[in-house]
Amino acid sequence: MSSAQIEIQLIASMVAIACAIPGVFLVLRKMALITDAISHSILPGIVIGFFITQDLSSPLLIILAAISGVITVVLVEFIQKTGLVKEDTAIGLVFPALFSIGVILIAQNANDVHLDIDAVLLGELAFAPFDRLTIGGQDVGPKSLWIIGTIVLITLGLLLAFFKELKVSTFDAGLASAMGLSPVIMHYGLMTISSITTVGAFDAVGAILVIALMIAPAATAYLLTNDLKKMLLLSVIFGVSSAIMGYWLAHILDTSISGSMTTVLGLIFLLVYLFAPSKGLFSVLYRQKQQRIEVSLLTFLLHLGNHQEEEERHVKHLNEHINWQKVQSKSVLDLALKNNMITIHKDIVTLTKKGETFTTEAIDYIVDNKNSEIENMKDRFFLFRG
Amino acid sequence: MEEQKIAVQIDDLTVAYNYKPVLWDIDLAIPEGVLMAIVGPNGAGKSTLIKSILDIIKPIAGSVEIYGKPYKKQRSLVAYVPQKGSVDWDFPTTALDVVMMGTYGSLGWIKRPGQKEKKAALEALEKVGMLAFKNRQISQLSGGQQQRIFLARALVQNAAIYFMDEPFQGVDATTEKAIINILKELRKAGKTVIVVHHDLQTVPEYFDWVTFLNVKKIATGPVKDIFNDDNLTKTYGINYKVSVQQ
Repeated sequence: MSSAQIEIQLIASMVAIACAIPGVFLVLRKMALITDAISHSILPGIVIGFFITQDLSSPLLIILAAISGVITVVLVEFIQKTGLVKEDTAIGLVFPALFSIGVILIAQNANDVHLDIDAVLLGELAFAPFDRLTIGGQDVGPKSLWIIGTIVLITLGLLLAFFKELKVSTFDAGLASAMGLSPVIMHYGLMTISSITTVGAFDAVGAILVIALMIAPAATAYLLTNDLKKMLLLSVIFGVSSAIMGYWLAHILDTSISGSMTTVLGLIFLLVYLFAPSKGLFSVLYRQKQQRIEVSLLTFLLHLGNHQEEEERHVKHLNEHINWQKVQSKSVLDLALKNNMITIHKDIVTLTKKGETFTTEAIDYIVDNKNSEIENMKDRFFLFRG
Repeated sequence: MEEQKIAVQIDDLTVAYNYKPVLWDIDLAIPEGVLMAIVGPNGAGKSTLIKSILDIIKPIAGSVEIYGKPYKKQRSLVAYVPQKGSVDWDFPTTALDVVMMGTYGSLGWIKRPGQKEKKAALEALEKVGMLAFKNRQISQLSGGQQQRIFLARALVQNAAIYFMDEPFQGVDATTEKAIINILKELRKAGKTVIVVHHDLQTVPEYFDWVTFLNVKKIATGPVKDIFNDDNLTKTYGINYKVSVQQ
């Protein structure tokens, strides 16, 4: 690997981290769409900053772009508060307006600036190592690595300091407000960080793909964990690994790095969506099937408990009974046998002591949903899990 | 008789959304140590009243005092249970963690909860009978269990005044009994409990104080004195017949 290759991967990884962290909170706050809006409407800020400094990685650009990002949020909320349109409509009104101002500004000055819309939309990660930062004549690395590195440090610092405040204001803004942990400050803080991150990531992946880097890792992690801290960690891991895999995919296919990164992100999401242990598609289907069998099992046990007469408890009769054709009666019978809930003697099925207790407990639980002794059964039976 | 202390004093409170008043010139003095129901039809401003007392919504006029001082100076004296439906129960967190959030107010900014806060949260979970569920993801709890978690979170706040927005909404009879018993215990301990309530039938059984609200305050006082057909009719606008147990 050349040093430029290492630098590109380092920048891409930093971008992924910087995006993944605010992304988690945006996803949990159901604000994915607002990222899309911010990523577009920072354009006028960037263009104006660029006209002033003639430098795409100047800190002034970041400040101006962050301001236009926050203005977007304020405008969206303002329009929404009039009560005339809903939030999605407000977003749809605001960001194209701001974005088009940026597009017009670029087009008008296209002859004397090195800022074209392609680069703005898609980014130029491959060129990032060429723009070096020199301190006292010493080359200290690519400028964009320093910028995004600083953003990552700020984001991590704020996350560590305000984790508790972010959590409570995301989960329950009313409580946070009543406690004096201003959810308004958290909201605008998050919006500012998202805007700054978007500008910082802009160089690398462009305005459109930033949203993927913010939302996809968080959405993927959400399917895998019920713990906010783990969700943050997983998002970072997914972000960084798709950044690196994306880079090599682009290298092999000789294509756009940002496009490949996002494709990898999408593929990872798809895999997790299909195979996640509890929220994944296959696991849900499996659980539904298990639940169906267990409902049949309960029905079956209940039937046995209600009938003493032998003809009601004959295997053949049971097969015809309670629409057994619809379910696999054999698997139900096997399940009950395996758990020592029934005994079969000369094709006559009898409930064991264990079976009786189980049936009573299960019915009680289903009726009042409060018996905590049944907690340990949840590990074995799907029926009792939410 | 000794003059009763006033826990919450509301003067000339008016709240508007988009210049349309939802609460109109409310004067209300809630005495210390009462278990009070706020009743009124949908859109009467019951939740809004609680939210403006807690400074979540800014009123356009009027003032609120908690034990003689503005709410901002008395936050530590107040606990709040929002409507269950106001939060996303798919949030990635556990029952214990939600209860721990009750300690965030006393911790203040930046400081993290530690062992002491965890211990308080576990005690509160035990009190509401939810200790066995402490590590359960909150979406895996039933409606009644979620409401108990919210109550435990308020208990952890260890406040003098408790505000609860429809704590009985969508809970089963057992949970309702359990919740009301805890509220009655709080009152016995000298706390003031204010509950937005919907089920008029249970008002005389559960509460000793009641406020009728419909944009304006209709009446407030002891249940045995003012919970009658006259006030119910004034509040709900139709002829109401509730047999009041004396």
